[in-house]
Amino acid sequence: MTDAMNVSSTGFKVEEKLFQNRYLVDVGRPHITIRPHDVPSKALLALTHACPAGCYSRNDSGQVEATIDGCLECGTCRVITAKTGDIEWDYPRGGFGVLFKFG
Amino acid sequence: MIEEHFDAIVVGAGPSGNAAAYTMAKAGLKVLQLERGEYPGSKNVQGAILYADALEKIIPDFREDAPLERHIIEQRLWTMDEKSYVGMHYRSEDFNEERPNRYTILRAQFDKWFSSKVREAGAILLCETTVTELIRDGAGKVTGVKTDRQGGTAFADVVILGEGVNGLVGQRSGLRPELQPDSVALAVKEMHFLPREVIESRFNLRGNEGVVIEAMGTITDGMTGTGFLYTNQESVSVGIGCIVSDFAESGKTAYGLLEAFKNHPSIKPLLENSECKEYAAHLIPEGGYHSIPELYGDGWLVVGDAGQFVNAVHREGSNLAMTTGRIAGETIVALKQRGVAMSKANLAAYKRTLDETFVMKDLKKYKRIPALLHGNKQLFGLYPRLLTAAAQTWFRVDGVDKRSKENQILKSFRKGRTLSGLIGDAFKLARAWR
Repeated sequence: MTDAMNVSSTGFKVEEKLFQNRYLVDVGRPHITIRPHDVPSKALLALTHACPAGCYSRNDSGQVEATIDGCLECGTCRVITAKTGDIEWDYPRGGFGVLFKFG
Repeated sequence: MIEEHFDAIVVGAGPSGNAAAYTMAKAGLKVLQLERGEYPGSKNVQGAILYADALEKIIPDFREDAPLERHIIEQRLWTMDEKSYVGMHYRSEDFNEERPNRYTILRAQFDKWFSSKVREAGAILLCETTVTELIRDGAGKVTGVKTDRQGGTAFADVVILGEGVNGLVGQRSGLRPELQPDSVALAVKEMHFLPREVIESRFNLRGNEGVVIEAMGTITDGMTGTGFLYTNQESVSVGIGCIVSDFAESGKTAYGLLEAFKNHPSIKPLLENSECKEYAAHLIPEGGYHSIPELYGDGWLVVGDAGQFVNAVHREGSNLAMTTGRIAGETIVALKQRGVAMSKANLAAYKRTLDETFVMKDLKKYKRIPALLHGNKQLFGLYPRLLTAAAQTWFRVDGVDKRSKENQILKSFRKGRTLSGLIGDAFKLARAWR
Protein backbone atom coordinates (compact mmCIF):
# COMPACT_ATOMS: atom_id res chain seq x y z
CA MET A 1 0.00 0.00 0.00
CA THR A 2 1.72 3.12 -1.09
CA ASP A 3 -0.85 5.81 -1.45
CA ALA A 4 -3.12 7.07 1.28
CA MET A 5 -6.36 6.69 -0.63
CA ASN A 6 -8.46 5.94 2.38
CA VAL A 7 -8.57 9.40 3.84
CA SER A 8 -11.92 11.13 3.89
CA SER A 9 -12.40 14.69 2.73
CA THR A 10 -12.21 15.80 6.36
CA GLY A 11 -8.75 14.31 6.59
CA PHE A 12 -9.90 11.47 8.80
CA LYS A 13 -8.22 8.10 8.39
CA VAL A 14 -10.52 5.09 8.52
CA GLU A 15 -7.74 3.05 10.11
CA GLU A 16 -8.24 5.06 13.29
CA LYS A 17 -11.83 3.85 13.45
CA LEU A 18 -10.82 0.22 12.99
CA PHE A 19 -8.53 0.36 16.03
CA GLN A 20 -11.69 0.33 18.19
CA ASN A 21 -12.74 -3.06 16.88
CA ARG A 22 -11.95 -6.63 17.89
CA TYR A 23 -10.70 -9.08 15.29
CA LEU A 24 -9.43 -12.62 15.22
CA VAL A 25 -7.28 -12.67 12.10
CA ASP A 26 -6.96 -16.01 10.29
CA VAL A 27 -3.27 -15.53 9.53
CA GLY A 28 -2.32 -16.73 6.07
CA ARG A 29 -5.90 -17.51 5.05
CA PRO A 30 -7.45 -14.32 3.69
CA HIS A 31 -11.18 -14.70 2.95
CA ILE A 32 -10.91 -12.25 0.06
CA THR A 33 -8.54 -12.54 -2.88
CA ILE A 34 -8.19 -10.26 -5.88
CA ARG A 35 -7.85 -11.81 -9.32
CA PRO A 36 -4.41 -10.95 -10.77
CA HIS A 37 -4.69 -8.06 -13.22
CA ASP A 38 -2.59 -5.51 -15.10
CA VAL A 39 -5.17 -2.74 -15.24
CA PRO A 40 -7.99 -2.72 -12.69
CA SER A 41 -11.58 -2.67 -13.94
CA LYS A 42 -13.82 0.25 -13.05
CA ALA A 43 -15.59 -1.93 -10.48
CA LEU A 44 -12.35 -3.02 -8.85
CA LEU A 45 -11.12 0.56 -8.73
CA ALA A 46 -14.37 1.61 -7.04
CA LEU A 47 -13.47 -0.58 -4.06
CA THR A 48 -10.64 1.78 -3.12
CA HIS A 49 -13.29 4.20 -1.88
CA ALA A 50 -16.44 2.08 -1.50
CA CYS A 51 -14.98 -0.33 1.08
CA PRO A 52 -16.01 1.09 4.47
CA ALA A 53 -12.90 -0.36 6.09
CA GLY A 54 -10.51 1.02 3.49
CA CYS A 55 -9.13 -2.44 2.74
CA TYR A 56 -8.39 -1.71 -0.92
CA SER A 57 -5.70 0.57 -2.33
CA ARG A 58 -3.63 0.99 -5.49
CA ASN A 59 0.02 0.07 -5.58
CA ASP A 60 2.78 1.96 -7.42
CA SER A 61 2.11 0.17 -10.69
CA GLY A 62 -1.62 0.88 -10.59
CA GLN A 63 -3.01 -2.49 -9.53
CA VAL A 64 -5.55 -2.76 -6.74
CA GLU A 65 -4.36 -4.57 -3.62
CA ALA A 66 -6.23 -5.63 -0.50
CA THR A 67 -5.17 -5.77 3.13
CA ILE A 68 -8.16 -7.33 4.78
CA ASP A 69 -7.20 -7.49 8.46
CA GLY A 70 -9.69 -4.69 9.19
CA CYS A 71 -12.50 -6.17 7.07
CA LEU A 72 -15.98 -5.63 8.53
CA GLU A 73 -17.45 -8.46 6.42
CA CYS A 74 -20.20 -6.26 5.04
CA GLY A 75 -19.97 -7.63 1.49
CA THR A 76 -19.94 -4.28 -0.34
CA CYS A 77 -16.90 -5.28 -2.42
CA ARG A 78 -18.53 -8.58 -3.28
CA VAL A 79 -21.71 -6.92 -4.53
CA ILE A 80 -19.86 -4.27 -6.58
CA THR A 81 -17.66 -6.83 -8.34
CA ALA A 82 -20.20 -9.65 -8.62
CA LYS A 83 -20.59 -9.12 -12.38
CA THR A 84 -16.89 -8.66 -13.16
CA GLY A 85 -15.56 -11.48 -10.99
CA ASP A 86 -12.61 -9.33 -9.88
CA ILE A 87 -12.56 -10.77 -6.39
CA GLU A 88 -13.19 -14.06 -4.67
CA TRP A 89 -15.18 -13.52 -1.43
CA ASP A 90 -15.92 -16.14 1.19
CA TYR A 91 -17.01 -15.92 4.77
CA PRO A 92 -13.97 -16.25 7.03
CA ARG A 93 -13.58 -19.65 8.64
CA GLY A 94 -15.91 -20.15 11.57
CA GLY A 95 -14.87 -18.02 14.56
CA PHE A 96 -12.41 -15.83 12.62
CA GLY A 97 -12.74 -12.26 11.40
CA VAL A 98 -14.46 -9.30 13.03
CA LEU A 99 -16.09 -9.79 16.45
CA PHE A 100 -18.65 -7.11 17.13
CA LYS A 101 -18.85 -6.19 20.82
CA PHE A 102 -22.02 -4.14 20.36
CA GLY A 103 -23.09 -4.69 16.75
CA MET B 1 -19.96 -34.20 12.04
CA ILE B 2 -23.16 -35.19 13.73
CA GLU B 3 -24.57 -38.65 13.08
CA GLU B 4 -27.99 -37.76 14.33
CA HIS B 5 -30.65 -36.85 11.78
CA PHE B 6 -32.41 -33.60 12.66
CA ASP B 7 -35.92 -32.43 11.99
CA ALA B 8 -34.50 -29.08 10.92
CA ILE B 9 -31.19 -27.28 10.46
CA VAL B 10 -31.15 -23.50 10.85
CA VAL B 11 -28.31 -21.57 9.21
CA GLY B 12 -27.56 -18.43 11.21
CA ALA B 13 -28.32 -17.19 14.73
CA GLY B 14 -29.67 -13.72 14.03
CA PRO B 15 -33.27 -12.65 14.69
CA SER B 16 -34.76 -14.72 11.86
CA GLY B 17 -32.76 -17.88 12.56
CA ASN B 18 -33.35 -17.60 16.30
CA ALA B 19 -37.09 -17.07 15.81
CA ALA B 20 -37.29 -20.15 13.58
CA ALA B 21 -35.11 -22.34 15.82
CA TYR B 22 -36.98 -21.29 18.97
CA THR B 23 -40.41 -21.92 17.46
CA MET B 24 -39.46 -25.41 16.30
CA ALA B 25 -37.49 -26.43 19.40
CA LYS B 26 -40.30 -25.24 21.66
CA ALA B 27 -42.69 -27.51 19.74
CA GLY B 28 -40.39 -30.45 20.39
CA LEU B 29 -38.59 -30.70 17.07
CA LYS B 30 -34.92 -31.74 16.95
CA VAL B 31 -33.16 -28.60 15.77
CA LEU B 32 -29.52 -27.95 14.89
CA GLN B 33 -28.49 -24.32 14.50
CA LEU B 34 -25.19 -23.27 12.91
CA GLU B 35 -23.54 -19.89 13.42
CA ARG B 36 -20.24 -18.75 11.93
CA GLY B 37 -19.48 -16.20 14.67
CA GLU B 38 -17.72 -16.90 17.95
CA TYR B 39 -21.05 -16.20 19.66
CA PRO B 40 -24.49 -15.29 18.29
CA GLY B 41 -24.41 -11.59 17.48
CA SER B 42 -20.66 -11.34 16.91
CA LYS B 43 -21.24 -10.89 13.16
CA ASN B 44 -24.51 -9.02 13.38
CA VAL B 45 -25.04 -5.30 12.98
CA GLN B 46 -28.17 -3.21 13.29
CA GLY B 47 -29.09 0.37 14.31
CA ALA B 48 -30.73 -1.05 16.41
CA ILE B 49 -34.43 -0.89 17.20
CA LEU B 50 -36.42 -3.83 18.50
CA TYR B 51 -40.13 -3.89 17.74
CA ALA B 52 -41.84 -5.55 20.67
CA ASP B 53 -44.82 -6.96 18.80
CA ALA B 54 -42.80 -9.36 16.64
CA LEU B 55 -40.87 -10.72 19.62
CA GLU B 56 -43.93 -10.90 21.90
CA LYS B 57 -45.49 -13.32 19.44
CA ILE B 58 -42.49 -15.60 20.03
CA ILE B 59 -41.47 -14.95 23.65
CA PRO B 60 -44.40 -13.14 25.33
CA ASP B 61 -42.52 -12.35 28.57
CA PHE B 62 -39.25 -11.27 26.91
CA ARG B 63 -39.21 -8.03 28.93
CA GLU B 64 -38.35 -9.98 32.08
CA ASP B 65 -34.76 -10.68 31.14
CA ALA B 66 -33.96 -9.47 27.60
CA PRO B 67 -31.12 -6.91 27.45
CA LEU B 68 -33.16 -3.87 26.41
CA GLU B 69 -31.62 -0.40 26.32
CA ARG B 70 -34.30 2.33 26.25
CA HIS B 71 -37.96 2.31 25.26
CA ILE B 72 -38.66 4.93 22.64
CA ILE B 73 -40.91 7.80 23.61
CA GLU B 74 -39.87 10.24 20.94
CA GLN B 75 -39.26 9.99 17.20
CA ARG B 76 -37.52 12.83 15.41
CA LEU B 77 -37.53 13.00 11.60
CA TRP B 78 -35.06 15.55 10.28
CA THR B 79 -34.66 17.00 6.79
CA MET B 80 -31.19 18.50 6.75
CA ASP B 81 -29.00 20.85 4.78
CA GLU B 82 -25.41 21.75 5.60
CA LYS B 83 -26.28 24.04 8.51
CA SER B 84 -29.87 23.33 9.49
CA TYR B 85 -32.64 20.85 9.85
CA VAL B 86 -36.40 21.04 9.60
CA GLY B 87 -37.78 18.51 12.05
CA MET B 88 -40.97 16.67 12.67
CA HIS B 89 -40.95 15.31 16.21
CA TYR B 90 -43.46 13.11 17.91
CA ARG B 91 -43.20 12.53 21.64
CA SER B 92 -45.89 11.05 23.82
CA GLU B 93 -46.35 10.02 27.41
CA ASP B 94 -48.45 7.18 25.96
CA PHE B 95 -45.17 5.48 25.06
CA ASN B 96 -44.33 5.25 28.77
CA GLU B 97 -46.54 2.20 28.99
CA GLU B 98 -46.35 -1.09 30.81
CA ARG B 99 -45.43 -2.94 27.65
CA PRO B 100 -43.52 -0.45 25.52
CA ASN B 101 -43.77 -0.72 21.76
CA ARG B 102 -40.18 -0.14 20.64
CA TYR B 103 -36.79 -0.39 22.31
CA THR B 104 -33.23 0.38 21.39
CA ILE B 105 -30.98 -2.68 21.74
CA LEU B 106 -27.34 -3.67 21.23
CA ARG B 107 -27.38 -6.60 18.86
CA ALA B 108 -24.35 -8.44 20.19
CA GLN B 109 -26.04 -8.62 23.60
CA PHE B 110 -29.59 -9.10 22.40
CA ASP B 111 -28.71 -11.93 19.99
CA LYS B 112 -26.80 -13.72 22.74
CA TRP B 113 -29.87 -13.51 24.97
CA PHE B 114 -32.24 -14.69 22.22
CA SER B 115 -29.89 -17.58 21.53
CA SER B 116 -29.90 -18.60 25.20
CA LYS B 117 -33.70 -18.94 24.93
CA VAL B 118 -33.31 -21.04 21.79
CA ARG B 119 -30.97 -23.40 23.62
CA GLU B 120 -33.23 -23.53 26.69
CA ALA B 121 -36.01 -24.59 24.32
CA GLY B 122 -33.85 -27.54 23.32
CA ALA B 123 -32.08 -26.61 20.10
CA ILE B 124 -28.43 -27.53 19.62
CA LEU B 125 -26.26 -24.55 18.66
CA LEU B 126 -22.83 -24.85 17.08
CA CYS B 127 -20.89 -21.59 16.83
CA GLU B 128 -17.68 -20.94 14.89
CA THR B 129 -19.17 -23.09 12.14
CA THR B 130 -19.55 -21.66 8.66
CA VAL B 131 -21.98 -23.45 6.37
CA THR B 132 -20.33 -23.78 2.97
CA GLU B 133 -22.97 -25.49 0.86
CA LEU B 134 -26.24 -27.38 0.76
CA ILE B 135 -26.40 -31.12 0.28
CA ARG B 136 -29.08 -32.47 -2.09
CA ASP B 137 -30.32 -35.93 -2.90
CA GLY B 138 -30.65 -37.37 -6.40
CA ALA B 139 -34.02 -35.68 -6.90
CA GLY B 140 -32.61 -32.28 -5.95
CA LYS B 141 -34.20 -32.07 -2.52
CA VAL B 142 -32.08 -30.34 0.10
CA THR B 143 -31.17 -32.90 2.75
CA GLY B 144 -28.45 -31.20 4.76
CA VAL B 145 -25.45 -28.87 4.85
CA LYS B 146 -21.68 -28.99 4.57
CA THR B 147 -19.66 -26.86 6.96
CA ASP B 148 -16.04 -25.81 7.33
CA ARG B 149 -15.56 -28.17 10.27
CA GLN B 150 -13.57 -31.35 9.82
CA GLY B 151 -15.93 -33.85 8.20
CA GLY B 152 -18.60 -31.29 8.86
CA THR B 153 -21.85 -32.49 7.37
CA ALA B 154 -25.26 -32.58 9.01
CA PHE B 155 -28.59 -33.87 7.74
CA ALA B 156 -32.20 -32.89 8.33
CA ASP B 157 -35.68 -33.02 6.82
CA VAL B 158 -35.52 -29.30 6.08
CA VAL B 159 -32.96 -26.47 6.09
CA ILE B 160 -33.94 -22.92 7.06
CA LEU B 161 -31.62 -20.30 5.63
CA GLY B 162 -31.42 -17.33 8.00
CA GLU B 163 -27.95 -16.52 6.77
CA GLY B 164 -28.30 -12.76 6.48
CA VAL B 165 -27.97 -10.24 3.71
CA ASN B 166 -24.96 -11.73 1.92
CA GLY B 167 -26.62 -15.14 1.85
CA LEU B 168 -23.77 -16.93 0.13
CA VAL B 169 -25.09 -20.43 0.77
CA GLY B 170 -28.40 -19.85 -0.96
CA GLN B 171 -26.86 -17.85 -3.78
CA ARG B 172 -24.15 -20.39 -4.54
CA SER B 173 -26.75 -23.12 -4.51
CA GLY B 174 -28.74 -21.24 -7.12
CA LEU B 175 -31.73 -20.64 -4.86
CA ARG B 176 -31.67 -16.90 -5.48
CA PRO B 177 -29.83 -14.34 -7.59
CA GLU B 178 -26.90 -12.18 -6.48
CA LEU B 179 -27.67 -8.88 -4.74
CA GLN B 180 -27.81 -5.92 -7.11
CA PRO B 181 -25.67 -2.86 -6.19
CA ASP B 182 -28.65 -0.55 -6.73
CA SER B 183 -30.98 -2.43 -4.40
CA VAL B 184 -28.75 -2.81 -1.36
CA ALA B 185 -27.50 -0.10 0.99
CA LEU B 186 -24.20 0.10 2.83
CA ALA B 187 -24.58 1.54 6.33
CA VAL B 188 -21.79 2.41 8.74
CA LYS B 189 -22.24 3.03 12.43
CA GLU B 190 -20.28 4.08 15.49
CA MET B 191 -21.01 3.43 19.14
CA HIS B 192 -20.39 6.54 21.23
CA PHE B 193 -20.35 6.16 24.99
CA LEU B 194 -21.54 8.82 27.42
CA PRO B 195 -22.65 8.75 31.06
CA ARG B 196 -26.37 7.98 31.22
CA GLU B 197 -27.22 11.25 32.98
CA VAL B 198 -25.54 13.16 30.14
CA ILE B 199 -27.67 11.29 27.60
CA GLU B 200 -30.78 11.96 29.64
CA SER B 201 -30.15 15.69 29.92
CA ARG B 202 -29.04 16.12 26.30
CA PHE B 203 -32.08 14.34 24.95
CA ASN B 204 -34.62 15.41 27.56
CA LEU B 205 -35.17 11.91 28.96
CA ARG B 206 -35.92 10.34 32.32
CA GLY B 207 -35.03 6.83 33.39
CA ASN B 208 -35.05 4.43 30.47
CA GLU B 209 -36.86 6.71 28.04
CA GLY B 210 -35.24 6.94 24.63
CA VAL B 211 -35.18 9.07 21.50
CA VAL B 212 -34.47 8.13 17.90
CA ILE B 213 -33.50 10.55 15.16
CA GLU B 214 -33.84 9.59 11.49
CA ALA B 215 -32.36 12.10 9.08
CA MET B 216 -32.19 12.72 5.36
CA GLY B 217 -30.96 15.48 3.12
CA THR B 218 -27.59 16.85 2.09
CA ILE B 219 -25.93 14.58 4.66
CA THR B 220 -25.81 11.89 1.96
CA ASP B 221 -24.14 14.29 -0.48
CA GLY B 222 -26.53 13.68 -3.39
CA MET B 223 -26.81 9.95 -2.87
CA THR B 224 -29.90 7.94 -1.90
CA GLY B 225 -29.70 7.26 1.82
CA THR B 226 -30.40 8.29 5.40
CA GLY B 227 -28.64 8.95 8.69
CA PHE B 228 -29.66 8.03 12.21
CA LEU B 229 -28.90 8.57 15.87
CA TYR B 230 -30.37 6.30 18.55
CA THR B 231 -30.06 6.65 22.32
CA ASN B 232 -29.04 3.60 24.34
CA GLN B 233 -28.59 3.48 28.12
CA GLU B 234 -24.97 4.59 28.18
CA SER B 235 -24.23 5.06 24.52
CA VAL B 236 -25.48 6.63 21.35
CA SER B 237 -25.53 4.76 18.03
CA VAL B 238 -24.82 7.10 15.15
CA GLY B 239 -24.73 6.02 11.54
CA ILE B 240 -25.41 6.71 7.90
CA GLY B 241 -26.11 4.58 4.86
CA CYS B 242 -26.52 4.92 1.10
CA ILE B 243 -27.21 2.66 -1.86
CA VAL B 244 -24.07 0.70 -2.83
CA SER B 245 -24.16 1.69 -6.51
CA ASP B 246 -24.20 5.35 -5.44
CA PHE B 247 -21.01 4.82 -3.45
CA ALA B 248 -19.43 2.93 -6.35
CA GLU B 249 -20.22 5.64 -8.88
CA SER B 250 -19.71 8.76 -6.77
CA GLY B 251 -16.26 8.08 -5.38
CA LYS B 252 -17.49 9.07 -1.93
CA THR B 253 -16.65 7.09 1.18
CA ALA B 254 -19.05 5.88 3.87
CA TYR B 255 -16.66 6.90 6.66
CA GLY B 256 -16.30 10.36 5.12
CA LEU B 257 -20.09 10.77 5.19
CA LEU B 258 -20.21 9.54 8.77
CA GLU B 259 -17.54 12.02 9.87
CA ALA B 260 -19.38 14.87 8.16
CA PHE B 261 -22.69 13.79 9.73
CA LYS B 262 -21.12 13.64 13.20
CA ASN B 263 -19.70 17.10 12.64
CA HIS B 264 -22.98 18.61 11.49
CA PRO B 265 -23.76 21.56 13.78
CA SER B 266 -27.05 19.89 14.80
CA ILE B 267 -25.41 16.54 15.66
CA LYS B 268 -22.01 17.50 17.06
CA PRO B 269 -23.25 18.84 20.43
CA LEU B 270 -25.17 15.60 21.00
CA LEU B 271 -21.94 13.59 20.77
CA GLU B 272 -19.60 15.97 22.56
CA ASN B 273 -17.02 14.30 24.85
CA SER B 274 -18.24 10.83 23.92
CA GLU B 275 -15.89 7.89 23.53
CA CYS B 276 -16.20 5.81 20.37
CA LYS B 277 -15.79 2.10 21.09
CA GLU B 278 -16.79 0.43 17.84
CA TYR B 279 -17.08 1.09 14.12
CA ALA B 280 -19.27 -1.30 12.15
CA ALA B 281 -20.55 -1.69 8.60
CA HIS B 282 -23.36 -3.77 7.19
CA LEU B 283 -25.44 -4.18 4.06
CA ILE B 284 -29.20 -3.64 4.15
CA PRO B 285 -31.33 -5.23 1.43
CA GLU B 286 -33.53 -2.37 0.24
CA GLY B 287 -34.91 -3.65 -3.05
CA GLY B 288 -38.28 -4.33 -1.46
CA TYR B 289 -41.08 -6.42 -2.92
CA HIS B 290 -39.60 -6.80 -6.40
CA SER B 291 -36.34 -8.18 -4.98
CA ILE B 292 -37.92 -10.94 -2.92
CA PRO B 293 -36.47 -14.22 -4.23
CA GLU B 294 -37.94 -17.70 -4.24
CA LEU B 295 -38.75 -18.32 -0.59
CA TYR B 296 -39.07 -22.09 -0.48
CA GLY B 297 -38.31 -25.27 -2.35
CA ASP B 298 -37.87 -28.98 -1.76
CA GLY B 299 -36.35 -29.19 1.70
CA TRP B 300 -35.57 -25.50 2.24
CA LEU B 301 -36.98 -22.13 3.29
CA VAL B 302 -35.41 -18.69 3.47
CA VAL B 303 -36.08 -16.13 6.23
CA GLY B 304 -34.94 -12.62 7.26
CA ASP B 305 -32.48 -10.46 5.33
CA ALA B 306 -31.53 -13.39 3.07
CA GLY B 307 -35.11 -13.18 1.78
CA GLN B 308 -34.87 -9.37 1.38
CA PHE B 309 -37.41 -8.81 4.16
CA VAL B 310 -36.73 -5.14 4.91
CA ASN B 311 -39.16 -2.23 4.82
CA ALA B 312 -36.68 0.53 4.01
CA VAL B 313 -39.27 3.32 4.21
CA HIS B 314 -40.14 2.57 7.83
CA ARG B 315 -36.66 1.38 8.80
CA GLU B 316 -38.08 -1.99 9.79
CA GLY B 317 -36.17 -5.22 9.35
CA SER B 318 -35.65 -7.13 12.59
CA ASN B 319 -39.41 -7.46 13.07
CA LEU B 320 -39.81 -8.81 9.55
CA ALA B 321 -36.90 -11.17 10.25
CA MET B 322 -38.48 -12.48 13.47
CA THR B 323 -41.90 -12.79 11.86
CA THR B 324 -40.64 -14.69 8.82
CA GLY B 325 -38.56 -16.92 11.11
CA ARG B 326 -41.53 -17.63 13.36
CA ILE B 327 -43.87 -18.41 10.45
CA ALA B 328 -41.26 -20.63 8.79
CA GLY B 329 -40.91 -22.50 12.09
CA GLU B 330 -44.67 -22.81 12.54
CA THR B 331 -45.05 -24.06 8.97
CA ILE B 332 -42.51 -26.80 9.58
CA VAL B 333 -44.01 -27.75 12.95
CA ALA B 334 -47.44 -28.10 11.31
CA LEU B 335 -46.08 -30.27 8.48
CA LYS B 336 -44.19 -32.41 10.98
CA GLN B 337 -47.32 -32.92 13.05
CA ARG B 338 -49.22 -33.98 9.95
CA GLY B 339 -46.36 -36.32 9.12
CA VAL B 340 -45.99 -35.07 5.56
CA ALA B 341 -42.85 -34.41 3.49
CA MET B 342 -40.95 -31.10 3.53
CA SER B 343 -41.63 -30.78 -0.18
CA LYS B 344 -41.90 -27.59 -2.17
CA ALA B 345 -45.67 -28.07 -2.47
CA ASN B 346 -46.10 -28.47 1.29
CA LEU B 347 -43.69 -25.67 2.23
CA ALA B 348 -45.69 -23.30 0.01
CA ALA B 349 -47.87 -22.82 3.10
CA TYR B 350 -45.05 -20.57 4.42
CA LYS B 351 -45.50 -18.05 1.61
CA ARG B 352 -49.31 -18.25 1.76
CA THR B 353 -49.24 -17.42 5.48
CA LEU B 354 -46.72 -14.61 4.97
CA ASP B 355 -48.92 -13.06 2.30
CA GLU B 356 -51.59 -12.47 4.94
CA THR B 357 -49.24 -10.69 7.37
CA PHE B 358 -47.91 -7.13 7.55
CA VAL B 359 -44.63 -8.42 6.12
CA MET B 360 -45.87 -8.99 2.59
CA LYS B 361 -48.65 -6.42 2.73
CA ASP B 362 -46.22 -3.61 3.61
CA LEU B 363 -43.58 -4.66 1.10
CA LYS B 364 -46.26 -4.84 -1.57
CA LYS B 365 -47.67 -1.43 -0.63
CA TYR B 366 -44.24 0.18 -1.09
CA LYS B 367 -43.15 -1.83 -4.12
CA ARG B 368 -42.53 1.30 -6.19
CA ILE B 369 -40.64 3.22 -3.50
CA PRO B 370 -37.11 1.81 -3.98
CA ALA B 371 -37.03 2.79 -7.66
CA LEU B 372 -38.52 6.18 -6.84
CA LEU B 373 -35.88 6.96 -4.21
CA HIS B 374 -33.08 5.70 -6.40
CA GLY B 375 -34.17 7.59 -9.50
CA ASN B 376 -35.09 10.91 -7.90
CA LYS B 377 -31.99 12.32 -6.23
CA GLN B 378 -33.70 15.73 -5.89
CA LEU B 379 -35.42 14.23 -2.85
CA PHE B 380 -32.06 14.07 -1.06
CA GLY B 381 -30.46 17.34 -2.17
CA LEU B 382 -32.68 19.90 -3.79
CA TYR B 383 -35.82 19.49 -1.69
CA PRO B 384 -34.08 19.52 1.70
CA ARG B 385 -32.27 22.71 0.64
CA LEU B 386 -35.50 24.34 -0.55
CA LEU B 387 -37.31 23.30 2.61
CA THR B 388 -34.68 24.57 5.05
CA ALA B 389 -34.30 27.81 3.08
CA ALA B 390 -38.09 28.27 3.18
CA ALA B 391 -38.08 27.73 6.93
CA GLN B 392 -35.40 30.35 7.36
CA THR B 393 -37.26 32.85 5.17
CA TRP B 394 -40.39 32.21 7.19
CA PHE B 395 -38.92 32.43 10.66
CA ARG B 396 -36.39 35.24 10.20
CA VAL B 397 -37.91 38.59 11.17
CA ASP B 398 -36.28 41.19 9.00
CA GLY B 399 -38.79 43.86 8.03
CA VAL B 400 -40.00 41.99 4.92
CA ASP B 401 -43.80 41.57 4.89
CA LYS B 402 -45.25 38.07 5.11
CA ARG B 403 -46.87 38.05 1.65
CA SER B 404 -43.52 38.86 0.07
CA LYS B 405 -41.97 36.07 2.10
CA GLU B 406 -44.62 33.63 0.84
CA ASN B 407 -43.95 34.69 -2.74
CA GLN B 408 -40.22 34.35 -2.21
CA ILE B 409 -40.67 30.77 -0.95
CA LEU B 410 -42.99 29.78 -3.82
CA LYS B 411 -40.59 31.30 -6.32
CA SER B 412 -37.65 29.39 -4.86
CA PHE B 413 -39.51 26.09 -5.35
CA ARG B 414 -40.53 26.91 -8.92
CA LYS B 415 -37.04 28.07 -9.75
CA GLY B 416 -35.44 25.02 -8.14
CA ARG B 417 -37.61 22.39 -9.74
CA THR B 418 -40.06 24.04 -12.24
CA LEU B 419 -43.81 23.76 -11.77
CA SER B 420 -44.13 20.63 -13.90
CA GLY B 421 -41.24 19.04 -11.99
CA LEU B 422 -42.94 19.77 -8.67
CA ILE B 423 -46.26 18.37 -9.82
CA GLY B 424 -44.53 15.35 -11.35
CA ASP B 425 -42.66 14.59 -8.11
CA ALA B 426 -45.83 14.94 -6.05
CA PHE B 427 -47.62 12.58 -8.42
CA LYS B 428 -44.79 10.03 -8.40
CA LEU B 429 -44.62 10.05 -4.62
CA ALA B 430 -48.37 9.71 -4.21
CA ARG B 431 -48.47 6.86 -6.71
CA ALA B 432 -45.60 5.01 -5.04
CA TRP B 433 -47.03 5.50 -1.55
CA ARG B 434 -50.64 4.44 -1.99
